Amino acid sequence: MNAVAKPHPVDNVIEVRDLVNRFGTQTVHEHLDLDVRRGEILGVVGGSGTGKSVLLRSIVGLRRPTSGQVRVFGQDLQDLPPEQRSRVERRFGVLFQNGALFSSLNIVENVAMPLIEHAGLQRPDAQQLGGVKLALAGLPAGAETKYPSELSGGMVKRAALARALALDPEILFLDEPTAGLDPISAAAFDQLILTLRDALGLTVFLVTHDLDTLYTICDRVAVLSQKKVLVVGPLDEVAQCPDPWVQAYFHGPRGRAAEEAHERAPFTEVK
Amino acid sequence: MATGSAQLDATTTPPRLRVAGDWTLAHYGTLERAVDALKSRLDSHTPIDLSGLGTLDTAGAALLAGLLGARRLSDLASDDPTLPAAQRALLQTVGKAMAGYVEPKAKRRHNTATELLARIGAAMENVWHQQVRLLGFVGLTLESLFRTILHPRRWRVTSLVSHVEQTGLDAVPIVALLTFMVGAVVAFLGSTVLADFGATIYTVDLVAFSFLREFAVLLTAILMAGRTASAFTAQIGSMKANEEIDAIRALGLDPMELLVLPRVLAMLASLPMLTFLAMIAGLVGGGLVCAMVLDIPPVMFVNLVKSDIGVRHFLVGMAKAPIFAFLIAVIGCLEGFKVTGSAESVGEHTTSSVVQSIFVVILLDAVAALFYMEMGW
Ligand SMILES: Nc1ncnc2c1ncn2[C@@H]1O[C@H](COP(=O)(O)OP(=O)(O)OP(=O)(O)O)[C@@H](O)[C@H]1O
Ligand SMILES: [Mg+2]
Repeated sequence: MNAVAKPHPVDNVIEVRDLVNRFGTQTVHEHLDLDVRRGEILGVVGGSGTGKSVLLRSIVGLRRPTSGQVRVFGQDLQDLPPEQRSRVERRFGVLFQNGALFSSLNIVENVAMPLIEHAGLQRPDAQQLGGVKLALAGLPAGAETKYPSELSGGMVKRAALARALALDPEILFLDEPTAGLDPISAAAFDQLILTLRDALGLTVFLVTHDLDTLYTICDRVAVLSQKKVLVVGPLDEVAQCPDPWVQAYFHGPRGRAAEEAHERAPFTEVK
Repeated sequence: MATGSAQLDATTTPPRLRVAGDWTLAHYGTLERAVDALKSRLDSHTPIDLSGLGTLDTAGAALLAGLLGARRLSDLASDDPTLPAAQRALLQTVGKAMAGYVEPKAKRRHNTATELLARIGAAMENVWHQQVRLLGFVGLTLESLFRTILHPRRWRVTSLVSHVEQTGLDAVPIVALLTFMVGAVVAFLGSTVLADFGATIYTVDLVAFSFLREFAVLLTAILMAGRTASAFTAQIGSMKANEEIDAIRALGLDPMELLVLPRVLAMLASLPMLTFLAMIAGLVGGGLVCAMVLDIPPVMFVNLVKSDIGVRHFLVGMAKAPIFAFLIAVIGCLEGFKVTGSAESVGEHTTSSVVQSIFVVILLDAVAALFYMEMGW
């Protein structure tokens, strides 16, 4: 399996340089730069429609940028021959905004699929391990034989997380994982990501609107606005940025509530 | 990186379980065999030594949980000082998740003979239910047709026109080409067979007769079943899978009126027109072969058709077109509504709509042929 990291000379697992993305006449990204460091949890925030999902798709290589470069593990996916590209892609886990579960497979088969295809597990083993991953993502026992169309919105998110985690990937891309979860599950979700990051050394690229998630687990936060990364850094630094959107975001009523909650019960990190 | 291992060290009393090396997905097969071999030899008091443990991922943690039992693992993870904190947290998390995880029960197997019988029975019952549903849907379509026909404001003219374009206009080239070629083939066959009797002149009658009464409408209907019934099913089916139909209902709109009627009406308009086109194309194909192979000039061909073939043959052929059109469209739409959530189900019902509509078309055509014969039309 390839998910076991070879030590890599560069410390930035993802480097986005001068990225431009256009749809027809609409420019979504204009000269955008972003680095993601090994082992960090980077929170990406921005208003709806600022291009967070498009950025994620560009990084995982699903979208060829109009211009600019995206390097993951020091390689530009768009330049790689298919064989090598697939080898790099195996080191990703992606949770899409809408789950993107395979509708004709039940959810344990959804999780088992990458295990069978890439890790070479036998079907029964893969399904058993898939069941464990589903339990880990917080799905109740007995749900594993359900089909995606039979799941609640939150269950779709969990099943999609379980599939993203199937191969214990080195980089986890999460597009709004806690949207649609109740607050208790969302907190458990945050805790799970943190535990996995600490134990497996994952790098997490986390698109979110959830302020509590930002406060509890993100090492750094990047704000997408005006077609580029406006600021990036630890949360308290980013919150000082004078930009009106950033001010409204972090110091609006919800931002303040999340901050206060965090100060009252700061998250105890596992050291 | 050392492959993970688990060994029962018998030199100590009581024997001690030593877990060492990397417990990762890459070594899953080896580790699982080791776990299976050891599982029965452990009891809940066996001391456990995890100090040699290397890399650990969730797959490895799950195997360890399988070996030691989820409860034991959680206890161990909470107080074993030899493990780094991050690994303890992982073991604990996986242990906790697995404590609630029950292995799914295997399905009970029946023997082949009863299974076969059961399947036949289920299939028969299914056929019956489908027919009842189709009949119900036909009724529903007619009902909403008559309901909206009285309210011109509720006619979906834009949608209707766009569907006429897709089902009718866009199908013109393929229908024309196909029937032209079949017309030519029929003329060839006719000339070969009739030449033995010196009656090649009757090739004209053969082509005109078969195209006006049967081939034009049948070929067009079959093409439409393949081309349009499938499209209707796929369109409505993916809307169903995407909860769009529910959204239409929740907005207080009627999916029958919004989706089904424009499609049915478009088909009712397109199929007769295409049938007419198919008759012309078939006659042209036949006429061309007659002109080139049998030296029957086009003018003579037309005159022969005019004198030998009554207009009733044309009417008899055309009369079938609206009926076929209605059934093809209704089957296409109904199959779309039967789709359940998955992409696979869209595919299944698309296939089924094509098969059903072709079947119905041919069946009805045979019944009609008998009827016309008895009536002497
Ligand atoms: N395939 C596409 N074709 C055309 N425009 C697109 C496409 N995908 C995205 N866009 C546009 O790009 C912009 C950014 O979309 P994106 O999905 O990245 O937003 P987002 O930041 O993820 O928003 P949200 O927080 O609501 O998910 C939007 O204006 C969207 O309309
Ligand atoms: Mg998005």
